[in-house]
Amino acid sequence: MRTEKGPPIPVASLCLLIAVAWYLAAIPMNWVITGPKIEAAGGGLSNVLAFSWNEQRPVIPAPHQIIIELWNTVFAVAPWKIKSLVYHSWVTLSSTLLGFFLGALLGIVLAILIVHSRFLSKSLMPWIIASQTIPILAIAPMIIVVLGSVGFTGLVPKSLISMYLCFFPVTIGMVKGLTSPDPMQLDLMQTYNASGSQILWKLRFPASVPFLFASLKVAVAIALTGAIVGELPTGAMAGIGARLLNGSYYGQTVQIWAALFAASFVAAALVWLVGFAERNTGRLMGARP
Amino acid sequence: MSQWSFRDILYPALFGVSVLLAWQLIVRGFGVPAVLLPAPSDIWIKFATSLPILWIDFVQTFVRAVIPGWIIGSAAGFLTAIVCDRVPFLRRGLLPLGNLVAALPIVGVAPILVMWFGFDWQSKAAMVVVMTFFPMLVNAVTGLQAAGHLERDLMRSYGSSWGQTLLKLRLPAAMPFVFNALKINSTLALIGAIVAEFFGTPIVGMGFRISTEVGRLSLDMVWAEIAVAALAGSAFYGLLVACERGVTFWHPSYRR
Repeated sequence: MRTEKGPPIPVASLCLLIAVAWYLAAIPMNWVITGPKIEAAGGGLSNVLAFSWNEQRPVIPAPHQIIIELWNTVFAVAPWKIKSLVYHSWVTLSSTLLGFFLGALLGIVLAILIVHSRFLSKSLMPWIIASQTIPILAIAPMIIVVLGSVGFTGLVPKSLISMYLCFFPVTIGMVKGLTSPDPMQLDLMQTYNASGSQILWKLRFPASVPFLFASLKVAVAIALTGAIVGELPTGAMAGIGARLLNGSYYGQTVQIWAALFAASFVAAALVWLVGFAERNTGRLMGARP
Repeated sequence: MSQWSFRDILYPALFGVSVLLAWQLIVRGFGVPAVLLPAPSDIWIKFATSLPILWIDFVQTFVRAVIPGWIIGSAAGFLTAIVCDRVPFLRRGLLPLGNLVAALPIVGVAPILVMWFGFDWQSKAAMVVVMTFFPMLVNAVTGLQAAGHLERDLMRSYGSSWGQTLLKLRLPAAMPFVFNALKINSTLALIGAIVAEFFGTPIVGMGFRISTEVGRLSLDMVWAEIAVAALAGSAFYGLLVACERGVTFWHPSYRR
């Protein structure tokens, strides 16, 4: 992922523009619900604004409603209560992290196997690519129900979905990374009479670190998506996905948007953490800034 | 990999057949109940006998939601990227946001879109549009900057306008990135459409069928739907790869 460094003014002004457009859009979009109320209250600009931006179950809530809902569910409630968004985020985050860890491990192991075996690289690689054309998120309900009937419930099935989603970018990135040392360096290792594992640990693995972190950033983001979707089909009681489903059943739009914003914060934090680890690892390995 | 050798097909085929064989043997040999994992032969029988239902679901999800959404979302992302390229201020503002949004769990928007656009295919197509927009935007903006300075200077010395440079140099140079985004989007689109069906749907569609058949524990039907999804997804992907080869034949990765 490439971010363009520049003055924050364009980003800030664009965010401001989006917020203004959002507030303006809320008026016509909520009109279906608020129109009669506004007319009953006598019309006028102040009534239009007051009703459009403070509707309890709006088509689109105004940004400040979402912020208030976030405040109420994050800071005003004890974090272990079912009403707290921190609690739901933690449920989702824990299965995300487990799935991310397993997926990254599987991805690295597969990449090492593929790099070392010509037969595996020929036979396994096409299937790894084909595996991603199966919409795993669509099979998620089946995986969860089947695993549930075998006795796995709760954290593990959800993490398996995250794992399936996030091993792919890691494998692809690591195959690229492990094959990135140029032939000269490999020849040098040969002349040192290095064994296969020595070449792997002392040359291939260090060379693949930048690729690894680039893939991990992608992987952690989709691991979160996988965990959220994993909570949808089973009627899970807790987690960001359950929050979304609940909100859509009862028409609690503000709750959906708040859950969505919470998920975004978690995603941004996870990607930032991987970036932080990348910078530190780079520094420890003596990379130039 | 411009020349397909016999082994390139043989090895994966061998691997796939042996996996299917092992699957069949394990299920039959250990007597795994069909509610856990049906044997490939059962899935094939179910697939062959319920072709009409599978076709209706395929049309509802793939033809009505995935394809239009994919086209609209990718086209919108591409056009926005060109506008961004013309207006640097917009690019500096939109690109960090696009990068951020690309990392967000966008599928979460599904319940909102179902509320806005109704239960039918429109909301699924809208979901696909939202999911495919940002990968295309980010990739196309990167691609439009891919043309080298030497080539750009050459175009300037020919006295070509911005439009001519765009059409004759920078769009062709951006094509590998655009196709990369199109390929990413082809899988995202199917996921988006199916997930949106979990939040409400008329009683057709692949996502609907999967979630109801799981509820009835008839897993052979679920696997048949998965087979359809995998076939459609692979065919879509393969078609894109073929197009990519035709359009970006000059790219180093196709040279021998």
